[in-house]
Amino acid sequence: MTHDSALERLRGGAEPRNHDARTIAALTANPGCARRGIMDAAGVDKDAVARRLGFPAPFGQSQFAITRGNAFEAQVKADGCAELLTLLRDRLGLDVPEVAYDDLEVVAGNESRELRHARTRRLLERALSSGEGTLFDHPLLRLDIAGQPAYLEPDVIAFQLGGRFHIIEIKSFAVIDGQAEPEQVAAAARQSAVYVLALRRLLEELGAPAERVSHEVFLVCPENFSNRPTATPLDVRPQLAVLGRQLARLTRVEQIVGGLPDDLTFELEAEELPDAVRTVEARYAPECMASCEMAFFCRDEARACGGTGVLGKAVRDDLGGVDSIGTALALADGSLDPSPDLAETAERLRTAARLRREALTA
Amino acid sequence: MSVLSSLAQLEAVATGRAQPLATVRHCHVAAEPLVMVPLKLAGEAAAPLAVMLGTERAEPTLLVVPQPRNRDLRFAFAADLAKLVLEYVESSRGATEELPPGKDGEERVRYGGAPQLLVPNRAGVGFLRMLGRSTRFRRTDGPYAVDPAVPRLGRWLTWFADRHDKPGACLLMTMTETLRLHWATGQSSLEDGNLAALLGWIDPPDGLDGPAAAARAEDPVTCPPAGPATDPTFDNEVLAPAIAAYDQSGDDRAEERVRSVLDGQLRPTWELMWDAIGLLRALPEGASVAARWERDRDSFTWYHSTFDESHPQARRDPAVRAARRLHDLERAQDAYDAQRAFDDPLVMAEHRLAGQAFGGVVTESEPTRLDESGRRPKLRPHLRVATEDPLQLDVGTTVCDAARPALKGKIIEIDAAGGVLLELTGGMGRKLVPEPGVVPEPGRRVCFTSLGTGSWGAAKFPEREDTPWTHGGPPEEYVPTDEDAAEEWS
Repeated sequence: MTHDSALERLRGGAEPRNHDARTIAALTANPGCARRGIMDAAGVDKDAVARRLGFPAPFGQSQFAITRGNAFEAQVKADGCAELLTLLRDRLGLDVPEVAYDDLEVVAGNESRELRHARTRRLLERALSSGEGTLFDHPLLRLDIAGQPAYLEPDVIAFQLGGRFHIIEIKSFAVIDGQAEPEQVAAAARQSAVYVLALRRLLEELGAPAERVSHEVFLVCPENFSNRPTATPLDVRPQLAVLGRQLARLTRVEQIVGGLPDDLTFELEAEELPDAVRTVEARYAPECMASCEMAFFCRDEARACGGTGVLGKAVRDDLGGVDSIGTALALADGSLDPSPDLAETAERLRTAARLRREALTA
Repeated sequence: MSVLSSLAQLEAVATGRAQPLATVRHCHVAAEPLVMVPLKLAGEAAAPLAVMLGTERAEPTLLVVPQPRNRDLRFAFAADLAKLVLEYVESSRGATEELPPGKDGEERVRYGGAPQLLVPNRAGVGFLRMLGRSTRFRRTDGPYAVDPAVPRLGRWLTWFADRHDKPGACLLMTMTETLRLHWATGQSSLEDGNLAALLGWIDPPDGLDGPAAAARAEDPVTCPPAGPATDPTFDNEVLAPAIAAYDQSGDDRAEERVRSVLDGQLRPTWELMWDAIGLLRALPEGASVAARWERDRDSFTWYHSTFDESHPQARRDPAVRAARRLHDLERAQDAYDAQRAFDDPLVMAEHRLAGQAFGGVVTESEPTRLDESGRRPKLRPHLRVATEDPLQLDVGTTVCDAARPALKGKIIEIDAAGGVLLELTGGMGRKLVPEPGVVPEPGRRVCFTSLGTGSWGAAKFPEREDTPWTHGGPPEEYVPTDEDAAEEWS
């Protein structure tokens, strides 16, 4: 059985779910998790699976936040990205020559992704050879994720800033007195890195050097408490390195698939869905709650088998390699003799238990 | 985090109840704290939606912005909030005590009380900081005039948020962090960020254990989030229609509807906050808590008495002030860590596990030993302590008695059997015979540590006009501008 047909079987015949920059960025979060790796590689609809298993993911977005985000983006892009150009010229002092604005969203009324991508490709090719074009709105890029094409929509691509392409990411979180929430900036940087990578791949296909896509992206956010946009350059080299490494490792999926039963499927209607999911090992950590739809199911599973991982990385590290809560407690109260490699951890646990006892009974 | 607190978490999992991380309370809990539960509008930096606040559990005040995108309504909310907060700040002062004059003879006073704000979580502090930032530069005259109370509120909120950064300060505390200082649960720190889940582990309702109570707390319908972020489903299905109805009619009934749905979101957290205060009050207060609260009162006294002649806090600290502030925070952290250890054997246990303290039974004691090698004899009693602790201190290290830090000594010898020989050097009185009962007798349990009680001295920083060129040279004097006052708040 070929790799692709194995993945199709895992999906249970359903259409593969599309990756977007957010889900691709999330791939870098917990690379050691085989369950997530397989499900993402196969394009399984994890949200539907989790709901079916009785552990729906609580990822909702408030309409207030969506409205605000859309309004801000529309404002920045209004009149052929007029505000954006002003920002790039004035605020960042960039030499933005004559402006050409291309909106790539609608292609002759036919909006298939393949066509839109082809048009993006054509325009960028023209830009490379002739130097034409300044801003490309609604471009559609493609990135292969474990053999599946994922279509990605960066906010804007700017060209001819020093002869290089720059990804421009518009976000509606505020930059106040030059500072924004670090988590939100980090998430934006991870997403932008996905776009940079996809654009670099495209340039390579067109025979141009990947370096013509800058690792510096521009983050456009509201300034202070106003709706006025401000632009900040962001170096995404670290995120690019992580992303490149993790995507390369996704090929590992083939090995995992090879070790799975031949008839395994995550078909939603299948009665044995919970068992099928459990067949593939997960590595749950509390951080999963922020990015993976399966998190609640995996947490429940990890709790049921008493894994120390559910308490977080710090606890896991403190326990120096003891994976089970029961084992750690038995080592601490001396009822279990440690294997030689756990002798040191056991010693610390016993001391800790004695000190706690002394302090609490004093 | 350490093996000790990790072990407490494992025990919590095994027993289904939170386990203590402290034997005493390490924070001051005011007789009348001002509890505040703020909510903000999703997607906005600092658009207030509502706040429930008050000093009495039975009498919360609810302030609401029925259309959070309306600037006038926002400032009306800020003015209402300002009146309540400023009134509370004034009422918390109490009687003024006269202190002995300072070194250069200046008069010194200290207010008998200070305000204490309690919010559910760190994000709540972040929101107050932002609310402070967006209101403190407002002008009370000219084209963008606001109620005079608004910029005052902004400056006070900024000050409170600033105080929260100082380790051990109790002027603005978050409930989740404070509870986590005293209890370990069987869930991760991420899940502990949910006040309802955290309290579920510490004090589960009748008939539930910790995990069951925490699971219940994760359902946003039974336990709405403690803010300032709201539950997206609530936003979409309940709040948005209520605000839309207000937009349409603008009448009292529509406003009452917005109030009532927000009241429903805030009320459960309000109750949890007071439950948590009750749990904290039930713990005996640590010995150094009163002294730290005195520092807080000093800080409040200074800010309050210089309030009228000072500017709103600048957007960013100039170099010298930033360096000084960082230095102060580091000193405060050091002192706070040490004080907690001396106050609480369970915290000291962390230092014992790390090898910076050791406890055990006195096996030999020579309380009247004299060192006669010098010109005058000195009282230098010897003490041998048998310990099983993983000691990391070297011979020659100065240590003090955890129970009576004035009693100091030096490690003379560490024998193979886990005995530590100490030579006591101070804290026994002025005579050649120690004060009775000071030198521990054989059989006594003792604990000695290399931690010091005093904080290290304050470093010297240049005056602002002497800021070195490496740090940008002397900064410009900050003068509030019209631009500050006119800043958009949309």
